[in-house]
Amino acid sequence: MRDFAALGLAAALAASPDPAAKPVAKAESLVQAEPPPFSEGIFPCSACHADQKNPEHRELAFHDEQQSVLAHGERWCLDCHDLDDRDRLRLASGVRVPFTESYKLCGQCHGDKLRDWRVGVHGKRVGRWDGQKTYFLCVNCHDPHSPRFKGVVTVEVGGKKTTRYTAERIRPEPRPKRPEEMAR
Amino acid sequence: MSARLPVLPDADAPGSGPDAPEATLDPSRRNFMKTASAGAALAALSACGLDVEDVFRKHFKELSRDELAKVLARVEKRNLEKFGKVTTVGAEGPRAGVQFGYGLDLSRCIGCRRCVYACVRENNQSRERPQIHWIRVLEMDKERGVDLAHAEQYYEPATVPRDGKFYMPVQCQHCENPPCVKACPTQATWKEPDGIVVIDYDWCIGCRCCMSACPYGARHFNWATPNLPAEELNPDQHYLGNRPRPKGVVEKCTFCIQRTRKGLYPACTEICPVGARKFGNLLDPESEIRKVMEMKRVFILKEELATHPQFFYFYAT
Repeated sequence: MRDFAALGLAAALAASPDPAAKPVAKAESLVQAEPPPFSEGIFPCSACHADQKNPEHRELAFHDEQQSVLAHGERWCLDCHDLDDRDRLRLASGVRVPFTESYKLCGQCHGDKLRDWRVGVHGKRVGRWDGQKTYFLCVNCHDPHSPRFKGVVTVEVGGKKTTRYTAERIRPEPRPKRPEEMAR
Repeated sequence: MSARLPVLPDADAPGSGPDAPEATLDPSRRNFMKTASAGAALAALSACGLDVEDVFRKHFKELSRDELAKVLARVEKRNLEKFGKVTTVGAEGPRAGVQFGYGLDLSRCIGCRRCVYACVRENNQSRERPQIHWIRVLEMDKERGVDLAHAEQYYEPATVPRDGKFYMPVQCQHCENPPCVKACPTQATWKEPDGIVVIDYDWCIGCRCCMSACPYGARHFNWATPNLPAEELNPDQHYLGNRPRPKGVVEKCTFCIQRTRKGLYPACTEICPVGARKFGNLLDPESEIRKVMEMKRVFILKEELATHPQFFYFYAT
């Protein structure tokens, strides 16, 4: 089947109106979408965590909504959140990254997805196929605490449209009418 | 021909005006029959909202720049009359060095049908009676794999995806070797140099030969006058794309020609909430569709028919 696809591409190349004309070299401008919003009033984390630095693996009294959905292998908060700088995330290497670069953290394990995402094969892009496009982050669609995809909704962050993951699967749009239902 | 036609109505009253052309004054029976039948045809035309020029003009591909401008202006005029809304009808041509290709990731699609309705809104399809959808989403069993004989397009669970199912949206595959184009007796449908298979709705005679030739069920017929509320009319139109269609013509996906010829993604790609839809220039090595072709195992629908679709399905896993 792959051969056929390659054949189709070869045919496409041959049928091009001007074989010498290369795609216009354009300043590829990729724009990062707004990350999904934090729960209201939760950020900066350091507001509370400045003096709360208990690294012990335990049942949390506060972030229970995260802990209750936590379904991400054998993970624990401090695998990703930095104990000393709560406003940033922490890579396995110890390097701290801001929340807007959480994909680096995801990519530590999910390297195949990161590779696909960087070239636009995994994940979503909107805008222009021939120019400026907006790409979405892992966390726009996947709950970092429970990453298996469930659904997404469009939300507005700072006046810009972006997407946020949902906890449940989404409702489909209405089915098409059956021919017998399209009576005059 | 079109230059002479506007005087035809005068044939009912030969010689009524001082500047009536000589032809209408000829009392011969032959000329009488000619003008009378043309007059009847004219009456029939105005009944379906077409101008004489629309019928006696040349094929779209043979139109000069000026003639095309007039054709587009007439479509805009008809839009204004019918919908009371100012529209822009363009005819942006293909770009050199561009071959459009489409990728659809079956391991991502959740069957939510957002694409179906984004397409309807963008492309001015008839909303109901007849209801026309250019995209059909098929629900299939994971156990069976791609099996069109057991596909369900009328699924309506409370939420999607359903366990054990996967979803396969099907629309025009923009074949490299399109059987629909070969079947058309009037050359009302053809493949553009950038790969888009288009229809000239003014040239379509509604014989539906293309529909029976298409192995993908991608072509749809306006059995009745399309039902399109004026407030939902998309005013950004392309002559070969989303301009409103009359009753009795065939329509189908055009890769959103009015958007993609301007560099935008198609409406279905733009709305897909899971990013399953990939669109771009097959000749651009950096485009998403090329990356899909290079990195994933793609397949085409009904490969054995040698239609060579430019629409590639894949499982990104």
